[in-house]
Amino acid sequence: MFAALLAWLMSPPVLAALWAVVQAVVILLGLVISAAWMIWLERRLLALWQDRLGPNRVGPFGLGQVIADMIKIFFKEDWTPPFVDKFTFVLAPLLAMSLMMLGYALVPITPTWGVAAPELGLLFFFAIAGLAVYAVMLGGWSSNSKYSLLGGLRSTAQTISYEVFMGLSLMGIVMQAGSFNMRDIVLAQQAGWWNVIPQFFGFCVWSLAAIAVTHRTPFDLPEAESELAAGYHTEYSGMKFGMFFVGEYVGIVMVSGLTTALFFGGWEGPFWSDRIPFVWFAIKSLLFMSSFILLRAALPRPRYDQMMAAAWKVCLPLSLANLLITGAVILWQGSGA
Amino acid sequence: MIELTFYAAAAIAVIATAMVVTCPHPVHALLYLVLSLLAVATVFFTLGAPFAGVLEVIVYAGAIMVLFVFVVMMLNLGRRTVEQELRWLAPGAAVGPALLAGVLLYLLLRNLWGLDAAPVGLQTVGAKAIGVALYGPYLLAVELASMLLLAGLVAAYHLGKPEA
Repeated sequence: MFAALLAWLMSPPVLAALWAVVQAVVILLGLVISAAWMIWLERRLLALWQDRLGPNRVGPFGLGQVIADMIKIFFKEDWTPPFVDKFTFVLAPLLAMSLMMLGYALVPITPTWGVAAPELGLLFFFAIAGLAVYAVMLGGWSSNSKYSLLGGLRSTAQTISYEVFMGLSLMGIVMQAGSFNMRDIVLAQQAGWWNVIPQFFGFCVWSLAAIAVTHRTPFDLPEAESELAAGYHTEYSGMKFGMFFVGEYVGIVMVSGLTTALFFGGWEGPFWSDRIPFVWFAIKSLLFMSSFILLRAALPRPRYDQMMAAAWKVCLPLSLANLLITGAVILWQGSGA
Repeated sequence: MIELTFYAAAAIAVIATAMVVTCPHPVHALLYLVLSLLAVATVFFTLGAPFAGVLEVIVYAGAIMVLFVFVVMMLNLGRRTVEQELRWLAPGAAVGPALLAGVLLYLLLRNLWGLDAAPVGLQTVGAKAIGVALYGPYLLAVELASMLLLAGLVAAYHLGKPEA
């Protein structure tokens, strides 16, 4: 009996499946932990750029601050206001965090690490980004308060504006690689140029869309604290607020990983690309994560109509032109699939 | 295994769609519609059409339903609408539609019964095959659809034009 079970467990397909599960769990843990420590990174870096110290009391460099904050938020009373729509109120933060974590499954980290590489990888990302808006929308609506509702409405209008050009800005990459598969896209870049050079305009438009996906400054209009209290999560507290909060940082880590994979050659570095691929991937991701924070430190929040006008009148034409030119060049070179 | 997924997704789609009709709360009804669309996308996946499934999620669940929910949220319908809806959803009101839908279901089943149904998940239709089909035999349909969208764009432009 046990011998048979052991033999079954040691058979190659079962071992491969188990290894895939272990990989997925490790990546998920790594994602959540780096998202949590991004809160510390953001507070320290913002402080540095604003000539302050930031949290530096708990542990070395204040690294323990995140643990202290997490213990606090776990034990805080999880208060659900009586006037909310219960089911959607609970559903919204769950969606916010889980969809962002799901997106990271598509990121190819090293030649052998990565959760999934479906044939239509990039389209899956669009689907996840499209569904992620429900989190903010439902959070805003179910709270039954006007600030939350305004935040939810802004988020919806913003999503409709950026989703179109986000999709179009990445299609140039798909044309060049001849595949939606993220792993193929990374390998295609390692065979030639990193996409950031031939797809420079695509990269410009994508980086705007990427900030909008994560609702960060200057696209944090749904939670503009000077106008809307805290926007869509005004009524949230305890762990539910924590999930919105950490979900945002998970989104940043996810989008940074995607940018690395799509535009900057994934795990390829100047030397030792096959020996320390994860180090290169991590350095690049960290760079983009920090640039999110620098943006927040440097830029004011635009007015709402300015944001929509920029999306429709600048980014959309730019990404369409990029798409046309990429297609023309590929046809001219005769290397089109 | 894949049949099991197919039947589970199909059952969720049917139940969620029934809830769309019977749910008195407009936003909850729309959320059931989103669930139904996601289940239909899963059905597409099990049938070997991942491209259609992903597009179903991106276009219907991710874009069109967002607009629906957006509008209903702005209307901010309160308890009164729910009560009104409950009055309209009297059991007697379901008889007529159920009868008509029953006839339709009978006809559908009768036509499908004799066919040799292909087992699910035998072949996968990728993005390339769909692109080749759309810009090959179905080129005319693509062009017609694009003209229809252009008409919509012109109409939206006309409506959005500032008063001269």
